[in-house]
This record gives sequence, structure tokens and C-alpha cells, in this order.
Amino acid sequence: MRHIISVLMENAPGALSRVTGLFSQRGYNIESLTVAPTDDPSLSRLTVTTIGDDRVVEQITKQLNKLIDVVKLVDLSEGAHIERELMLIKIKATGAQRAEVKRTADIFRGQVVDVTPSAYTVQLAGSSDKLDAFIEAIGSVAIMEVARTGVCGIARGERVLAL
Amino acid sequence: MSVEHLSGGEMIMRSLKEEGVDLIFGYPGGSVLHIYDALYQQDHVEHILVRHEQGAVHAADGYARSTGKTGVVLVTSGPGATNAVTGIATAYMDSIPLVVLSGNVPSWATGTDFFQETDMIGVSRPIVKHSFMVQSVEEIPSIMKKAFMLASTGRPGPVVIDIPKDMTAPTEKRPFEYPESMRLRSYSPAQKGHSGQIRKALELLVQAKRPVIYAGGGSVTGDASGELTELAKRLGYPVTNTLMGLGAFPGTDPQFIGMLGMHGFYEANMAMHNADVIFAVGARFDDRVTNDPDKFCPGAKFIHIDIDPASIQKTISEVEVPIVGPTKAVLADMLVMLDEVQMGQNAEDLAAWWQQIDGWRDSQGLWTQDRFERTDMIMPQDVVKTLYEVTGGDAFVCSDVGQHQMFAAQYYKYDKPRRWINSGGLGTMGFGLPAAMGVQFAHPDAPVAVVTGEGSIQMCIQELSACKQYGLPLKIININNEALGMVRQWQDMQYGGRYSASTYQDSLPDFVALAEAFGHVGMRVTDPAQLKQAMTDCFAMKDKLVFMDILVDPNEHVYPMQIATGSMRDMWVSKTERT
Ligand SMILES: Cc1ncc(C[n+]2csc(CCOP(=O)(O)OP(=O)(O)O)c2C)c(N)n1
Ligand SMILES: [Mg+2]
Repeated sequence: MRHIISVLMENAPGALSRVTGLFSQRGYNIESLTVAPTDDPSLSRLTVTTIGDDRVVEQITKQLNKLIDVVKLVDLSEGAHIERELMLIKIKATGAQRAEVKRTADIFRGQVVDVTPSAYTVQLAGSSDKLDAFIEAIGSVAIMEVARTGVCGIARGERVLAL
Repeated sequence: MSVEHLSGGEMIMRSLKEEGVDLIFGYPGGSVLHIYDALYQQDHVEHILVRHEQGAVHAADGYARSTGKTGVVLVTSGPGATNAVTGIATAYMDSIPLVVLSGNVPSWATGTDFFQETDMIGVSRPIVKHSFMVQSVEEIPSIMKKAFMLASTGRPGPVVIDIPKDMTAPTEKRPFEYPESMRLRSYSPAQKGHSGQIRKALELLVQAKRPVIYAGGGSVTGDASGELTELAKRLGYPVTNTLMGLGAFPGTDPQFIGMLGMHGFYEANMAMHNADVIFAVGARFDDRVTNDPDKFCPGAKFIHIDIDPASIQKTISEVEVPIVGPTKAVLADMLVMLDEVQMGQNAEDLAAWWQQIDGWRDSQGLWTQDRFERTDMIMPQDVVKTLYEVTGGDAFVCSDVGQHQMFAAQYYKYDKPRRWINSGGLGTMGFGLPAAMGVQFAHPDAPVAVVTGEGSIQMCIQELSACKQYGLPLKIININNEALGMVRQWQDMQYGGRYSASTYQDSLPDFVALAEAFGHVGMRVTDPAQLKQAMTDCFAMKDKLVFMDILVDPNEHVYPMQIATGSMRDMWVSKTERT
């Protein structure tokens, strides 16, 4: 099963490599990874999506918690949550294709953020599934370049991951 | 009172003093010369010059294992640091508290492939509990405090401090104040077990029909031997120890059913397989214990005490009662609560269980009678048995890795914790001699034996020179089978006797001459009839290092040996008989 694990860690040199190193060292997979400082500049928030059965994910969270730089973490997939990913995608757009790409972007609530005579760059935010579906809809022939941020997420309701 | 101003090098020395460190092991080089100069100008910390940085780490490790204190290492950048890696990994796998100070190139040169630059933080990352890179002179005291706190608390482990050379310059003096204590918001290892879980565990334990107490390295590192022994005695249950746990429960106690696992005792492995409740105390169900985890102890419920939550349900899927906490505190709580639960209801079942265990013991137990056949050569088992007799069971036994290690684990009865010193997790050949140096420094008057093989001893043999410099009277018991015996045993059993790269074709050194060249005493024994006298003579030379080169039967195998992909009870018990 796919899990989204959000980690608060010390915003310290080497902290990120300890987390990513842990995943490769112990053979856990990383589907996506995002990291940035939080409102508290001493803390970074890292979100990793990974796939594994309950045993593996239990180990992942325990091993992450063991890292001295990790302050707190939550497996967002255990409860209701919101997940978002941002994609910038450059698409071939000439002739009749231009309208078709624009329409598809509209359907997915994407925005065209850059235009040339032969290409559109579309910005799209949503769940990873939605971004996958957009890519599918555009088709690989037309796609010139894809840049995705990876998933970030937050729990629904009052639950927070904070100190 | 005005605050003292010290250089980084001086701060390191003063911090060591504040931590109560009086001995460190190391090797100098360009990046740490400022620190060595500060070392020279103080007299609280003694420095032991090894002959290879791996030896320094193993020595600090042996010191730590035999005392429970944190071992300290000082090495230079680049090759000094990378030479230390095997030692750090060894300590990491066995949860041994170490602080490793490694020099590095000046901070302004970082990343330029400067002379002797290695990214030690990166290289050591997977094999440390934590690491620090010193970025300013001011932070040295707090980093030192944190490093010692992290190394020694919770699940202990090695901590590396990487120190760029400019951070220790004698001209850069900064205020020095050593923190009394240090809290890290992300670090709070359990101090006690959950009392509800402890009660549940006791209730399950007292109702068990076929219980086994399975105690590992966590009962030694957690200093829980006394509590473990008392609890086991009050319950009257059989106890097995892992390779790392030997000595946690007295080996000579009738309730001790031997080591378990790959080369474990028949009775221990059989008892585990047939148990209904297994009480794991600081043991991690590792692959050298469980054999195939899917076939492991099919009828058992598990109670598991461990300081590290990640050790619980890591290899086996269902643990009935997990208890996260220090083994000592949890067992102490159990002893108190034991008065509140009703014991003795299982007396009849327990008696039947003991009868069954004694039956296994009588039929195959290594200590009930000899399970190996003697030839006209010295048998390796007899070497360890003789060592046990000659030392009255009271020596520190430091082992290398191979068949000799297993014989030393099987045939020496360890009555006390921290007497059996071996690399269980990483299985590092070359560990024995330098580790024994650390043990002897910590226990100057105690007999310290190195049980080794002609293969392992050659991996750190240069430390014989350090032993000469410091007058360490180690007793080296070289069980010489003229082969990488453990490798050859596997080749016999699984590769049709094709001895690929496991023999030396008459190239072995004359170990007696070698020992003498280093300024020590060498002895060679080949005759079984002379073994005991020779060993007695060896230990009588109290102030000398004696290297006993003992030629043994090269064909002997270690048994029992579990059969891979089987359960606990699937074992070869000799070359021809299996369960
Ligand atoms: C550094 C290292 N390299 C290789 C091994 C693999 N290995 C395990 S036991 C063994 C043979 C050890 O030979 P020796 O020290 O003579 O002991 P014996 O088995 O003969 O008693 C080897 C090569 C190891 N454990 N450590
Ligand atoms: Mg050998």
C-alpha cells in the first residue's frame, strides 16, 4: 500500500542525507520526496511517499524515529488527509492541438503559464493520481517535459504535525 | 568568575576530562596535530598509540564492552578515518558506546579534494548512531556533551565527531563552559517499561506450560544480568543466551540450557522450537538465531523487551506483549510485580517441561558428555575446555571470528556478563587482539585471553607491537587449523569439499618466531598430552604476553549447525547425524 509519511526534522546539515540514506540502506522505496523549511526556521518538513506492506511501513516509521535529527512524524495515510502535488508540464501545441491542450487543461483545472508558437506550459496541482491522469490524457507523443514536485500533505481536521 | 578561554584542541581534552575519560586510543596525522599537541600538554587523559586505526576502534570497543563505559578514539582524516570504519561498523552492529573523533581538512578546504580529505560524515553515516561536524570552535563543548550522551544512552552506539583542522588551532581561543546536561528535543529513549504491558507479560509468563527465557546482548549492555538472574531463579524457567548474551545468566547454573541459534546447543534450540511462551530480553531475533523466521517457534507466544522499538516485530511478525524500555528497569519492575501475581499454578507442566529439556540435554547436550570424536591431534574443543579449566572460568575471553569463536562460545562457561567479548553482529575477523588490549587496559590484573585462529590473528597482528609498548600480558590462544576453518566447513557441507581460497599452501608464518620478533613469548603445542601443562605455564607468566600456537585437527567442524531454511530444531549434530 502507498503511504505518505510527513517528517519534522532538524533543519541541520546532513539531516536530509540521513533520511534518504536510511531508505536506500534498508531497502525501502521512495516514490517521491519533498522537503522545505517550516514556519519555524529550525525545522524542516519532509514528506515521503513510499509503498510497502504494514510490516515494512511500521519499520520505516520506527527507523525514521530513531534518527536523532527526526523530531516527529506522522503517517498521513492512516487518517483523512489532503495531498497535493504540483506539476509543470511542457506540451507540444501547434495547429488544432492548441485548442485541445487548452481544453484538457481546463478540464483538469490547470493553467497555461507559458506559451510559445509551438508549445504550452501547463501548471497543474492536485493528487498524484490526478496528475497521472492528465499526463495520460495528453499522451506521451505530445509531452516535451514534465517537472513534478512530489507529494506534500496535511491531515484533515484539527490534527497537526507540529511541536 | 571569568570564563576560561581555550583552543578547540584544549576544549576536546577538557571535555574528555569532564566526561571522566582517562584513556583514549588513537593514531596521529596532519589533521589532528593540534589535538595531539593539546593532549601532550595535559595529564588527565592517557593516549594509547595503536598500530592501525582499526585496532584503535576495536580496543576502545573492548574497553567499552568490558566496563560499560564509553570508549574513545582519535584518528586523523582520510586514511585514518577510513581505517576506522570497520571498527565503527563492528561497534554499531553490537550497540557499543563509542565516541570517535576524526580530524578533517580545514573547513575552508572542504570539498576541494584536499590532501587526505574524506567525507567522513558521509562514509560513516549508515554505521553510526549519530554524527557531528564541528562548524565553530564555540560549539565543541556542547557537541562533546551530546556525543557522550547519545553514545551511552538508549540503545548505545558509536558517535562520530568530524573536526576540521582549523577548529582546533591553538591560536583560536574561545570561552569554554562544559554543559551540565544536554537535552535534545528529538531524543528521549524510554526510561521505564509500560506498567500495563509488564503486568500482561507477567500474567502470560506465570501461566506458561513450556516457557523459555531468551536473553541477548541487551541484557549485557543494559546491565540487567542481576535482575534477569533473579527473575529466572524465582520463576524456575530455562534460560538460553544468544552469542551476544553469554554471561548475562550464569553459564554454570542448572537452569542454563546453553547458547541458541545457528551453532546453538541442541537442548536450547529444541526448547525454543517447542516452547509455548518465549520471553525475549534484549534480544533481536536475528537471522543467526531464528533460522527461517516463518518456521520459527511455531507454537510460541512472544514477550519482547527491547530499548529499541524498531527491534520489536522487525523479523518476526506477531509479538504478543512488546515492552519498550531498558532491560534493567523493566525486569526490576517485573520482580516487584511478581509478588502480586499468582505463581506455581503451572508447576506440573513446568516439571514435565524440565524433564523433556533434560532428556534433550542427556541425548545431545555439549556439556553432558563429549559430542566430538578425538583423533591423535589436539581437538579445538579441548583447547577451549582446557582454557576454561586453567583459568577457573574467570578470564576475559576475547574472540575473533570463525570456528574457534563458536567453540569458545560453546565450551567456555561464562558466569558473569562482560567476560565474553566478541564481534557478533558484524563478525569482524581481526577484532580479538585489539579488543583484548582495551579489556586489559580496563582490567590490568585480570587474565585476558584472545581465542583466535591463524586466519583472524593475521588481520590485526600489528597490534602485538602496541602490546609490547604498553606491556599488556595478553594470552593469545591461536587455534591453528591451518585454514579458514569456518569457510572450509561450509565448503565441506555445501560445495562438495572444493576448498576455494580457504587454505594457505604452506605459507603460514612461524608464529613462535613472530611473537618473539615482537618481543613476546611464543609457544607451540601439537601434542594433546601437553596441552594442559603448556596452557598452565602460559597463564603462569603473569606479566608477559604469551602467544600459544596450538596445532589442532584441521578436519573438525562446529556442531550443532542449523540447516538453512529450516526451523530451530533442524540441525546437523555431527558430520553424519541430523535431527
Ligand atoms: C574481515 C572478515 N573477512 C572475512 C570473513 C569471513 N570469514 C568468516 S570466518 C572465516 C575464517 C576464519 O578463519 P580463522 O580465523 O583461521 O578461524 P577458524 O574458522 O579456522 O577457526 C572467514 C574468512 C570475516 N568474518 N571477516
Ligand atoms: Mg583457522
